[in-house]
Amino acid sequence: MNPSDPSAQLKFRDPERARGLRETLDHLVQQAAHAPVSVMHVCGSHEQAIAKFGLRAAFPPDLQVIMGPGCPVCVTDVPEVDEAVALAKQGVRITSYGDMLRVPGTSQSLADAKAEGANVDVVYSVTQAVELARGLEEDIVFFASGFETTAVATAAVLVDDPPDNFSVLSAHKYIPPVMEIVAEMPETKIEGFLAAGHAATITGSGVFEKFVERHGLPVVIAGFEPLDVLAGLVKLMEVINSGEPRVENAFPRCVTREGNVHAQKLLWQVFRATGGRWRGIAHVPNGNLRLRDEFAKYDTRKRFTIDASALWSYAPPKLVQQCQCGDIMAGIASPSDCPLFGKECTPDTPVGACMVSAEGTCKIWHQYGGRPDLRSIRRGAA
Amino acid sequence: MTRNARLIDDRITLKYGTGGGAMRALIEQVFARGLGEVDDGIGLGAMDDGAALRIGDQYLVIATDSHVVQPIEFPGGDIGRLAISGTVNDLAMMGATEPLALTCAAIIEDGFPKEDLLRIWASIRATCEEAGTTIVTGDTKVMGHGELDGLVLNTTGVALTSRLVSDSGLRPGDQILVTGTMGDHGLAIMATRNELALETRLESDVAPIHALVRRGLEVGGEGVVALKDPTRGGLSSALHEMAEKSGVGIIVEENAVPLRDEVRAVGELLGIDPLVSANEGKAVFGVRPEAAAGVLDAVRSHPLGRNAAIVGECVADRPGFVIVDTGFGSRLLAEAEGELLPRIC
Repeated sequence: MNPSDPSAQLKFRDPERARGLRETLDHLVQQAAHAPVSVMHVCGSHEQAIAKFGLRAAFPPDLQVIMGPGCPVCVTDVPEVDEAVALAKQGVRITSYGDMLRVPGTSQSLADAKAEGANVDVVYSVTQAVELARGLEEDIVFFASGFETTAVATAAVLVDDPPDNFSVLSAHKYIPPVMEIVAEMPETKIEGFLAAGHAATITGSGVFEKFVERHGLPVVIAGFEPLDVLAGLVKLMEVINSGEPRVENAFPRCVTREGNVHAQKLLWQVFRATGGRWRGIAHVPNGNLRLRDEFAKYDTRKRFTIDASALWSYAPPKLVQQCQCGDIMAGIASPSDCPLFGKECTPDTPVGACMVSAEGTCKIWHQYGGRPDLRSIRRGAA
Repeated sequence: MTRNARLIDDRITLKYGTGGGAMRALIEQVFARGLGEVDDGIGLGAMDDGAALRIGDQYLVIATDSHVVQPIEFPGGDIGRLAISGTVNDLAMMGATEPLALTCAAIIEDGFPKEDLLRIWASIRATCEEAGTTIVTGDTKVMGHGELDGLVLNTTGVALTSRLVSDSGLRPGDQILVTGTMGDHGLAIMATRNELALETRLESDVAPIHALVRRGLEVGGEGVVALKDPTRGGLSSALHEMAEKSGVGIIVEENAVPLRDEVRAVGELLGIDPLVSANEGKAVFGVRPEAAAGVLDAVRSHPLGRNAAIVGECVADRPGFVIVDTGFGSRLLAEAEGELLPRIC
């Protein structure tokens, strides 16, 4: 399917079919062993689709669809931002995706460093950062964020002989391990996961099989059109009700069990998974992707001595202490539970990372007007 | 108005220019304080598209608009056509569809090419002719290089009308009509800035629409209870203002909103909702239910109104809110905030 072809897109935006799926979903939730049923997705694009198409107002009242740690920019940890800020202040030219500039570090964001005169450039792809390096003598650092999908793009340029003045400060993250963390959280009431279709095109649906075995929680892979999301939830409820947890692929037009083997090879040729903190969540074993030793010459952390200690002598601003990004990303709070949401914390003046990134729960909710209860609007004259 | 209760910041940043809630807060808390009271008419405090002063049995309507669009020439128009259309349309949104005359003030950057100025002035003349009006006085200033970016134009217009239409006359059950496709101007500008324009046929809709509005008013009469041009902030800001001022909720049927395919595609690409993107040749009508079909036919009979459609209705529930029925579910329509679309008009 060509995603830019409007007629192909329409197939997955047919309100009639959506109504049918919603009725099925209603029925399945009523049949569930107990109420309410909580499921989690781990992807900003799923939240975008749910918010943009107003799906939450149409979900059965006893189905809670929660966004988990599905925003790579949001889970970039403070020390990782500090590394980039410290380098920028040391005079090294930093490139990164636009969203990363405003993610707060201990005392400053990259945008703050830029305002003070540091060289920080927004790029739309890692390739653009490499092009910039080719045209310059000075060192170019690419501050890399994103899950395994985006990490493959970073890997691809590193095996393609980039210039010597190019290096990568990796804040790439790997999704499957954090699902384990969430599944094991004592507060968690999650009964199943909706996995991100685009990431699974690379990892394959098979990557979740061990997870299902270990935790007894079903995983359904779903795409991003409104019908994809609804069909994914229907499938997930079917599996939950069946009492036989398994992996199901509700995005078969793009995802296979094996995934993109070439991309996986590339990913693990360049990166290794290592433990590290995800902002607001926890230490996630194997949750961080770092460059392998074979690529040390492109590893910013090996090429530069980064001293971020000067950034640490500030007390965190008071507002930050009230920020609930961590609980929101862990799926145990909603943006509307946060006292700052839409008041002190807006896309203009973000307090937490969830309000910075286009994939952050708070930013998405804010963009689509928050979550009032819209299930019952009385029409016509009063 | 509780929505604007937030006090404005110590410094005026770009967000105060986006046409949304922040700008309305600025006007309320600074510009409209202690000014703008009008005994018999409409003053600044009403924050409508223009002002109206009673003269005999008619109203003198006054509207003013400054234009800072970047780039100054764009697919479908230029800053000159925009400056004339913007003010002519603001007059029309008050019910004054026969502009008597305009003023035009130009602030020009040192070094601005004469050739460009002549081209823009020719566009101004042509648009005035289209609008059946002319420029009767003006002002010229030149500022140093770098002290402003190219060219800024301000236009003020005057017109007479015997019936004023405000933007606050809605009540539950009223229908919301738009006179054509939404978001064209804003996305044409953004596409140009992102160098996507050559790959699409996206053009600004900038045009004077006084004649189209007149046709709707002639047929709809007292049944037309509110008018607004969805410029900065797009349909979203226009509907929010109408809903707030009228004390009603508005439900928009998303699938009924006319959108060009190119606008939809570029909007998705740039992450800009066409419903928050500016229009410069469109109007939003609030119409009593019994008058809706007639007004729709009348507007559609005008060449600039062929794509007109009824897109929503007013409800008593959720006053001040705008709710989008997506066909899949519903959500609140958000307003543009922040530096999303600076210098769009």
